[in-house]
Amino acid sequence: RISRSISTVKLPDLPYDYGALEPYISGQIMELHHTKHHAAYVANLNKALEQQAEAEAKGDVSKVITLQGAIKFNGGGHINHDIFWTNLVPPKDFEPPSGELKALIEGQWKSLDNFINIFNAQTAAVQGSGWGWLGYNKGSGRLEITAMPNQDPLSITGLVPLLGVDVWEHAYYLQYKNVRPDYLKAIWNVVNWKNVADRLAAAKK
Amino acid sequence: MAFELPALPYDYGTLEPHVDSQTMLIHHTKHHQAYVNNLNAALDKFPELKDLGLVEINKVVGTDKLPGDVATTIRNNGGGHYNHTFFWKVMTNPSNTNGPSGAVKEAIEAAFGSVDEMKAKFNAAAAGRFGSGWAWLGVKEDGSLAITSTPNQDNPLMASLPDSTPMVPILGLDVWEHAYYLKYQNRRPEYIAAWWNVVNWEQVASNFDAAKTGAVLL
Repeated sequence: RISRSISTVKLPDLPYDYGALEPYISGQIMELHHTKHHAAYVANLNKALEQQAEAEAKGDVSKVITLQGAIKFNGGGHINHDIFWTNLVPPKDFEPPSGELKALIEGQWKSLDNFINIFNAQTAAVQGSGWGWLGYNKGSGRLEITAMPNQDPLSITGLVPLLGVDVWEHAYYLQYKNVRPDYLKAIWNVVNWKNVADRLAAAKK
Repeated sequence: MAFELPALPYDYGTLEPHVDSQTMLIHHTKHHQAYVNNLNAALDKFPELKDLGLVEINKVVGTDKLPGDVATTIRNNGGGHYNHTFFWKVMTNPSNTNGPSGAVKEAIEAAFGSVDEMKAKFNAAAAGRFGSGWAWLGVKEDGSLAITSTPNQDNPLMASLPDSTPMVPILGLDVWEHAYYLKYQNRRPEYIAAWWNVVNWEQVASNFDAAKTGAVLL
C-alpha cells in the first residue's frame, strides 16, 4: 500500500489592483473573476483532490474515476486563470512585443495587427464557454493559435500556453454584454507581452 | 421562408424580480436574434433543410441529413433558436404560477416521488452543467419523465448525438452565464432557485400532453 499526502492549491494574488486594467476590463469584473470564479475552481479542485486521495487510500477505483470530471474542470480552471492574470498588465505599463517574439509573430502572420485579427476571429467564434490561446509548438518551433472548450487546459494538446484569453461570458458580460468582439478588441491594450515572451523563453529551454 | 425571432409572450420586465428586465431584453433581442440570423444564413444555401421546420432540423442534428460544412452551425444556431423559443414560453408572470397539477403532476410524482424531489434533481442538473448549457425535464421514448442537461445549445430533441438522452422537452432552463450574470453574477444556484417562481406550469402541461402523443409543440 502506498500512501501519499496531497498538497492544496492556493488562489494566487493578482499582480495588480482590481481596477488596474480599466477601462479595458472593469474592476468589478476583475474582482468577481478572481474572488468568486477562480476561488471556486481552487476550492473545488482541493475538495476533489482530497476525495481522490481518500478513494485511493480505500482502493475505490470507481470513485477515483467519477472524480476525474471535477478534477479536469476545476484543475483546468485553476491552471488557466493562474496563467491569465500574469498575461495581463495595467495599460500604463503596456509594451508591444519585441525581439524574438515579435519576429516569430511577424514571420508567421506578417504583422501584429494581422495576428490579432486572426486570433480574435477564432476566439470570438468559440461556442459557449472556452478560451482562445497562443501556444508554442516545441516540435515545430512555431507559434499556434487555437481555442479550447470549457476549462480544458491547452497543455493537453501538447502546446505550451503563452497567452490565453478567457471568453467565458463571466470574463466580459457585465461590461460588454453580448458584444464579445468589443471585449476582444479592448483586451489587447492590457496584454503583458513581456510575460508572453518570458513563457516562450522558458518553453524553448 | 426565413425563421423569425418570436415575440415574447410578456413584457421584458414581467419576470422581475426573478429574472431582470435588462437580461430579458439582451437575451431576446441580441442572443436569440443572433441565433435566428445565423440559422437563416446557414440555411440560405440549403432551402430543402429550411422546409423541414425547426423541430425536424433539431432532430436531424448528428445525422448525415445535415451537410458537413453547415452541420456545426445548424447544431449551434438551430439548437439556439429552438431552445430560446421554447424557453420564453415556459416562463410567465410570477403571479400566474401555481405549480403543476393534473396529469403532469402525477407523472412527476411517479418518476421522482414528489414535485420537490423533481426540483432537487433539476436544480442539481442545472447547477452541475459545467460551462454553458441547459437543464431539461422531458418525456422519454417510453413515456416516462426524466431530467437531463445538455452542453452549449444542444437539446434532447437531438437524439442522434452520442451521450444524448432523447426526450421531448416539457420544461427547460438556460444556464449560459448570459441568462443570469447581470443580476446573479457567479451565483447560479440563486438564479435557479428564483426561476421556479416564473415557471409557466400551464405551458408545461400543454407540452406534456403533446409529448405523450409524440408531438413537439413549438
